[in-house]
Amino acid sequence: MIEFQKVAKTFKLGSREVNAVKDVSISIAQGEIFGIIGFSGAGKSTLLRLVNLLETPTNGNIQVQGVDVSSLSQKEIRKLRRRIGMIFQNFNLFSSRTVAGNVAYPLKLAGVPKKEIKERVAELLQFVGLSDKADDYPEQLSGGQKQRVGIARALATSPDILICDEATSALDPDTTGEILRLLKKVNKDLGITILLITHEMHVIQEICDRVAVMENGEVIENGSVFEVFTNPKHPTTQRFIQSVQQDRPSDSLLAEWRKKGGEQLYRVIFKGEIASDPVLSKVTKKFNVDVNIVYGSVRELQEKFYGNLLVSFEGSKENILSVLNELETLVTVEEVLI
Amino acid sequence: MKVDWSTFWPRIVESTGETILMVIMTLILGSIIGITIGLLLFVTRKGNILENKLVFRLLNILINIIRPIPFIIFLVAISPLTRAIVGTTIGTWAAIFPMTIAASFGIARVVENNLVSIDPGVIEAAKAMGASPLQIIFTVLIPEALGPLILGLTFVTISLIDFSAMAGTVGGGGLGHVAMTYGYQRFDGSVMLVTVIILIILVQIAQWIGNTLSRKIMRR
Repeated sequence: MIEFQKVAKTFKLGSREVNAVKDVSISIAQGEIFGIIGFSGAGKSTLLRLVNLLETPTNGNIQVQGVDVSSLSQKEIRKLRRRIGMIFQNFNLFSSRTVAGNVAYPLKLAGVPKKEIKERVAELLQFVGLSDKADDYPEQLSGGQKQRVGIARALATSPDILICDEATSALDPDTTGEILRLLKKVNKDLGITILLITHEMHVIQEICDRVAVMENGEVIENGSVFEVFTNPKHPTTQRFIQSVQQDRPSDSLLAEWRKKGGEQLYRVIFKGEIASDPVLSKVTKKFNVDVNIVYGSVRELQEKFYGNLLVSFEGSKENILSVLNELETLVTVEEVLI
Repeated sequence: MKVDWSTFWPRIVESTGETILMVIMTLILGSIIGITIGLLLFVTRKGNILENKLVFRLLNILINIIRPIPFIIFLVAISPLTRAIVGTTIGTWAAIFPMTIAASFGIARVVENNLVSIDPGVIEAAKAMGASPLQIIFTVLIPEALGPLILGLTFVTISLIDFSAMAGTVGGGGLGHVAMTYGYQRFDGSVMLVTVIILIILVQIAQWIGNTLSRKIMRR
């Protein structure tokens, strides 16, 4: 659907050159929600704008639906943009137009007849749940409502792709959830491919199928959300994941554990099906060892279980060793430094 | 010799009409030219939708040359040009020409300032929806800037009333002419008072219209 091949973008700031995007190769498949995560300044915003040519690449090749975008004329670029909806962190609604006027705008640009525009606008406002706000002006709306208008406007010309530029970063957590559910609905019900950028890991965790992590203009890691979450390789990726998943008790709690003469802690990681199997209980019972879950969580990622537990064992040394050996054949076990 | 008010009133009414004509004609012509220049100035700026260094610089220099000249000097200085184009340097239309030129460049800056304050994100959004530069000008820039623009034009209108009085002193007609010849040169305080009151009323009306219109458009 969208294919980046060795794409680079360099800005000239006076005599200085800024390499915003360096040698990026990723491909986004039809029908998926693909997330790009990175800290600010990582180049993700520039990368996103290369898709609809708000920025032109200095190097490399970008294909959208099989078409090399750098070969397009100005007129063809405007046509391409009608097939790619875009929403923004600050919504970017027209303050001089009503909600209905904002949603109608891209249709007017496309020369759709008035009567059809009216019907389509009503349909879109219904889809985003704002039918009663048609005649309000943007300044009368809350942040979440503004983003709904932004989404309705982006969907007006029935695009195949929706690109989201930090669409939830200006919203509170409740409203973020609301907008993410709406984006999921756009993807599932309308079959629209979504490419989003964010600096919030929970956005990726909640709706994305695949993720790319960007740093200093480069993609440092990419894969399915489940893979990247359960087995992050790059330190930056690990930092992002820790931001949504506290996998370690605080230092003061660990100190207390140590003071009380606490036993060695082990991290046990369950992935996928194994998480619903009583592995821990079975193995410890077999060797007559007691297990104590000290800390951890079991969560759902892309409709799969993912458990990350800190445990300690009570029993004879040999038995604990046997438990560890057997567990290692089934799940991931690591010693934890306390 | 004081004026005889029983016969002088029609003269006042006529002059008020001339002043209003000068101001309104200048406002219309000046807005057409000024908004065009202001838009050109904005869209040819660095990084904007029709970036063009040459056009931007030329316009910028032209504005900076004309704007600092005090209007009364400008008026006299371009009188040969006025004579060539209007055919005379006396009367209402001869005043409208220099007033329009001076107003155009003032309005151009007002327009540019209002356009600069539009959120660039809104322009980017229109671009992302496939709007052409011309469509952006007419469907985004103008509607988004209209409210503050009307306040700016109101401000310009009030200085035009000022300009018209100056034009009056050099043969442009209108209330300025009456105030100068009867009120000042013939020491008739009553004429001076009446013209001042009428000018104040005109300014008040212009401000009220501007405020009402902009409020309607900005819905605040």
